[in-house]
Amino acid sequence: MSSITADGQATHSHSSHEFGLGEFISTYVFSRDHKVIGIQFLFSTLLWFLIGGLLALGIRWQLAWPWSDMPVIGPMLFSAEGGQISPEFYTMLFTMHATVMTFLVIIPILAGAFGNYLIPLMIGADDMAFPTLNMLSYWIMWPAFFFFGASFFVAGNGASSGWTSYPPLSTMTESAPGSGPAQTMWLLGLTCVGISSMMGSVNYMTTIIQMRAPGMTMMRLPMTIWGMFITALLQAFALPVLTAAGFMQLMDRTVGTGFFAPEGLVVNNSAMAAGGGQPLLWQHLFWFYSHPAVYIMILPAMGMVSEILCCFARKPLFGYKPMIYAICGIAGLGFIVWGHHMFVSGMNPGLGMTFMVATMMIALPSAVKTFNWLGTIYGGKIQFTTPMLFALAFVSMFVLGGLSGIFMAATPVDVFIHDTYFIVAHFHYVLFGGTAMAVFGAIYFWFPKMFGRMMNEPLGKLHFLLTFIFLNGTFFTMHILGAAGFPRRLADPYHYETFRPLLPMNQFMTICAILMVASQIFFILNFFYSIFFGPKAGRNPWRANGLEWQAPSPPGHGNFDFQPIVYRGPYEYGTPGASDDFCPQTQPPQEGEAGTTGAH
Amino acid sequence: MAIFIWSAMGWYPLEGHWFPERVVANSSIDHLFYVILALTGIVFVGTGLLMFWFLWKYDGKHHEGPVFYSHGSHYLEVLWSVIPAILLLFLAIYQMDAWAGARMRRPMLENGQPKPPIARVTGRQFEWKIQYPGADQKLDTADDIYLVNELHVPRDEEIVLEITAEDVLHSFFLPNFREKQDVVPGMKQYVWFKPVKDGKFDIVCAELCGWGHYKMKGQITVESRSDYDAWLKKAYDDQELSEFTLAEAE
Ligand code: HEM
Ligand SMILES: [Cu+2]
Ligand SMILES: [Cu+2]
Repeated sequence: MSSITADGQATHSHSSHEFGLGEFISTYVFSRDHKVIGIQFLFSTLLWFLIGGLLALGIRWQLAWPWSDMPVIGPMLFSAEGGQISPEFYTMLFTMHATVMTFLVIIPILAGAFGNYLIPLMIGADDMAFPTLNMLSYWIMWPAFFFFGASFFVAGNGASSGWTSYPPLSTMTESAPGSGPAQTMWLLGLTCVGISSMMGSVNYMTTIIQMRAPGMTMMRLPMTIWGMFITALLQAFALPVLTAAGFMQLMDRTVGTGFFAPEGLVVNNSAMAAGGGQPLLWQHLFWFYSHPAVYIMILPAMGMVSEILCCFARKPLFGYKPMIYAICGIAGLGFIVWGHHMFVSGMNPGLGMTFMVATMMIALPSAVKTFNWLGTIYGGKIQFTTPMLFALAFVSMFVLGGLSGIFMAATPVDVFIHDTYFIVAHFHYVLFGGTAMAVFGAIYFWFPKMFGRMMNEPLGKLHFLLTFIFLNGTFFTMHILGAAGFPRRLADPYHYETFRPLLPMNQFMTICAILMVASQIFFILNFFYSIFFGPKAGRNPWRANGLEWQAPSPPGHGNFDFQPIVYRGPYEYGTPGASDDFCPQTQPPQEGEAGTTGAH
Repeated sequence: MAIFIWSAMGWYPLEGHWFPERVVANSSIDHLFYVILALTGIVFVGTGLLMFWFLWKYDGKHHEGPVFYSHGSHYLEVLWSVIPAILLLFLAIYQMDAWAGARMRRPMLENGQPKPPIARVTGRQFEWKIQYPGADQKLDTADDIYLVNELHVPRDEEIVLEITAEDVLHSFFLPNFREKQDVVPGMKQYVWFKPVKDGKFDIVCAELCGWGHYKMKGQITVESRSDYDAWLKKAYDDQELSEFTLAEAE
């Protein structure tokens, strides 16, 4: 337990006795403390981010200089083929790139790293509702890491039926080299990620509902918590479907059931035994999860961006309640639009119309969010710190990604652009331009809380600038490729006359992509240098309002050295009549101050 | 600056960087694309300018005085929900007809029967098998003509194709025809279009179908009715003269 000394600093009774190996393991390895688990998730996902990025460079290399030797890595990896990427290897590259980025980076960094770290701190709790379950949700990621990692080394070198894993390609070992054991490991890895997310989701929902500090009503929750809460709901409802579908696919592969294979298939000159299934069934089940999953990958990011924008505009969030309704609207509609991934799949075209209208409508809450963010910076006193720059980049990139979605929602247009680079451009604007930017912003923003030290601002700004420029250089051009009909997932698109003129543009993109990955070196340097040598941060270096900023940096076990009591909403910046330009949520209403209830 | 851009463009060949030439009568997809581009373009530029203006105007370094203290505005929320809603609904309804034309209104014969397919295209790792019905106009009879990766169609007629797959998913993609349809094993589907320009164009596979996906390339030739008939007859004769029997051609 902790006690408070005269100067308000917490002292911990356990700091006085010996720190043995057993205690080291229980504090840093098998820890039940949500902060340690959050940081464990952060480190693991950042490592996989790097791996995923390098896989992407492999894809880009092939598209810019097809069938040419990969520098350095080529001779090492495939000397047999003379250092070139083979088409089999290429299919593995984009399958594993996308798998790693979605299932091992973006989802676990948002929910696992930031969800874990921030939820108890921001609602004024001392830990998660189920700390042991929380610990398991991290450690079940290791079998996932193992399965995905090992699938690179079994026969076939990594799963290669795309991250969407459409059967029959994925269920018939005869159909592709990567559809062998690698695909089985892929499914097992996916199951482990699913179990982890489920454990997290139950924990987050319970914690947010049960463990809020006195006075922290639902309508005083920070947007980050709202984002995490709705995300947890989405996980809880959508994930079981994917897990079940994954099992069905696993059975099709191993014990010869035929959920997804129709009668009478002939693959590679051998007739398939099983039959009676439907390939489209998988697509419905897969997208029933994976469409909501794209919101799982953006809602928490939206929350964190709201936090950062308010703090550095020194203003209340514009339209707190509409922002919450918008999140709920996105989540609700998110469940009825999965079919927009299937407009040209062979699904009933009448169904296509229904999905199209629903999809168009989902752009609406996104628009509401964007306008409210603009309203938030209007009339503020904007401070251009690194987190703020990333948050602003999130808003502008998300607008671009959202607008390109409208093209795809229009069914006739989607006939042309489906499975072209237009799609690739769209989701990279949302996921990299959007989510990844928010994640960087969040790391710069909460770093002082996590590690008790500040990150270096000039280096951070350099990192931002380079990433932003090369991000647009890499991904904006993809829209143009898409309009030219350039298909994705082709090891050699120049095999077709139509796409030959696009080679120089692909080379330009690849150079931008290499530079973008290289720019991350400034982030890595800054991150590790600052953990050890950055200037010490106080409790509240950004002069922000949230409860987490009232705890010590880094917070000790049990988080708060006092019982936080909440008197106001999370974004009381610039209140007229208040003594300072921010009023922490724990600060009781003052004499003569406007708007003290907090809920608007 | 202008010189720089101009010289950069000389180095950077831009032809081929937008829609491939359209060779079908129906322009609704291109039209819709431009309508959406115009609408989203305005929104994108508008929000972008607004954001930059705010950032410049309210830069904390030179913006004196208290912040604009507001928790939001009911009036504005309604405004910026209703206007996008109307625009989006307009877009949704506006494109329904094009979708129905592309996927629901199959061309009819005079007698009101659906027009029969001119050929059957079957996707298979990694080629397009093409089957013409021959003189009796019926598929799967003795006079069928079998080809690989080579499709011919007559110009200025409504063409219906039957497409299917025999192993995994593929996608029948004709960039110049603005046509794309996944082909699914166990399912028979029909696509239709009306070519108006002679030439040879790519058939692309747009759905991942294995390691050889990239080379699953076919060619579609559009020609006059008489050239088409002559070609079909020659294809039939070549097949009769060749050593292959039907079973081997399968
Ligand atoms: C280092 C930056 C990145 C680069 C250069 C990059 C590049 C690429 C490329 C070239 C493809 C196209 C593969 C193809 O379809 O032919 C791709 C696919 C994809 N990427 Fe990334 N990517 C990056 C970061 C990310 C991030 C942060 C995410 C987050 C989720 C992500 C998710 C995906 C997904 C879901 C696909 C779809 C793959 C497929 O199904 O074909 N990427 N990426
Ligand atoms: Cu989607
Ligand atoms: Cu293919």
